Amino acid sequence: MTEAAPPPSAEARLEQLAADFSFLTDWEERYGHVIELGRALPELSAAERIPEHRVLGCASQVWLIRDPDGPDGRLHFRADSDAHIVRGLLALVLSVYSHRRPEEILALDPNALSARLGLAQALSSQRSNGLASVLARIRDHAAYSSAGEPKR
Amino acid sequence: MGFDVQVVRAQFPILARQVNGKPLVYLDSAASAQKPEAVIEAMAGAMRHSYANVHRGLHALASETTQAYESARTAIVRLINAPSAQNVVLTKGATHAINIVAGGLAPSIQPGDEIILTVMEHHSNIVPWHLLRERRGAVLKWLDVDDDGGVDIAALERLIGPRTRVIACTHMSNVLGAGTPAARIAALARDHGVLTLFDGCQAIVHEQVDVQALGCDFYVFGAHKLYGPTGIGALYGRTEALEALAPFEGGGEMIDTVEQERITYNAPPHRFEAGTPPILEAIGFKAAIDWLSGQDRAAIAGHERALRDRLQAGLAGFNAVQIHGQATEKAAIVAFSVHHAHPHDIAQLLDQQGVAIRAGHHCAQPLMRRLGVSATARASFALYNTLDEVDVFLAALAKALRLLG
Repeated sequence: MTEAAPPPSAEARLEQLAADFSFLTDWEERYGHVIELGRALPELSAAERIPEHRVLGCASQVWLIRDPDGPDGRLHFRADSDAHIVRGLLALVLSVYSHRRPEEILALDPNALSARLGLAQALSSQRSNGLASVLARIRDHAAYSSAGEPKR
Repeated sequence: MGFDVQVVRAQFPILARQVNGKPLVYLDSAASAQKPEAVIEAMAGAMRHSYANVHRGLHALASETTQAYESARTAIVRLINAPSAQNVVLTKGATHAINIVAGGLAPSIQPGDEIILTVMEHHSNIVPWHLLRERRGAVLKWLDVDDDGGVDIAALERLIGPRTRVIACTHMSNVLGAGTPAARIAALARDHGVLTLFDGCQAIVHEQVDVQALGCDFYVFGAHKLYGPTGIGALYGRTEALEALAPFEGGGEMIDTVEQERITYNAPPHRFEAGTPPILEAIGFKAAIDWLSGQDRAAIAGHERALRDRLQAGLAGFNAVQIHGQATEKAAIVAFSVHHAHPHDIAQLLDQQGVAIRAGHHCAQPLMRRLGVSATARASFALYNTLDEVDVFLAALAKALRLLG
């Protein structure tokens, strides 16, 4: 089975997102964009929204699932929330962090996403902590994978 | 005496500030109220001019500060019509007060003894009783409420059994805004030899409380929702009920004599005030009570009803909005849900517009389950809110819901 065209690097993806956000001039446009991204994020099924997948530390409910790794050792994640804005933020996180090799995930500055998109000041501290919890969970998966059996 | 909201607002310096470039509209007073200049000045003034530890020193500052601290107790006595200063324990807050009662009852609780709670209690009036369940084998029995927070006295009577020791009940729901029939509950409890504790954190803000008229054994509230500082609250106890409580915390000030092999305790209220108390906070608490006592509370109640009615009428204009709790006599505390919008989304989009509301479970998870929601949004008012602010809130909500689609 051949993979689709390789996605741009996480760094390139971040650049692209930062460029997208730079066109948004006020809070309504920024939040409107985040909410739109959330709307496009595929929902998890009820069977997947279970306590084992909950990310604690988020003000609203957040679920994160790691799908089986790809044959090239890439980590695949899906995520969902019961809040629209959080779903948008998760869409941003997944677009940078999912389908990546562990070393690429670990090489990224975990603060880069919110800092580059100007989200830090737009997010309540509870929301920032929630986002940080999701990123920490993803990085844990990456660290565990890179320390474990080398993938083909 | 009358009431002019603009005159009152001018006494709350924080209300002049902006949030996210918009004038602050503070609709989270049920979580904590803002403070008038009188409270700020009383605390700062004490630190500048008259401060020492209380109850021990023989010098001038110690005596002045002790007098100021004890005058907080007498202000509380007047506020709630307690029989005497001996009936009022100064605590770190309402949560601390409930822990003093639950912890003080603990040695006398036998496995199987029952505590009755309503499902609309704040966690602070649930968790201390859960500790008695875990540590002493007490059994928690839950009284359901109706959708508006109404309490069925007959259902309560059916829950009372020979092992019932305490009924712990809010005097006003922090979510539904509904008051409870505290006097009837207390009368019923007395008939069965059961102790009553009322959580007055919200009620004390919105109505005149008379603990002797209520006939309860314990009544607790904090200062910070009543325009006073955090870190201070009050526990009223009927004399015999307080005397029967074991000390909850040990330390200085709560003892009579300490020897190497034995100890005797001070009488209430000092028995329950271990350690150096929150002195400045007590001074701020007194200032808040004095300040509020100088207002026309009947006129304030009328103003708050007008705020509530305008808000609820405005919310009724949104198809997707459901108000939780529609008791006719409810306070200006309005919890609501929006179909397909999470309360956190709403709160965040309102915050961008300078409007502060609470979103979450409001420390009342059993009530959230009873209402069939995981969280709600809540707008709560204080005497300093204006009708214009209600309109700002409604316009901000409309914008938020447009963004959320």
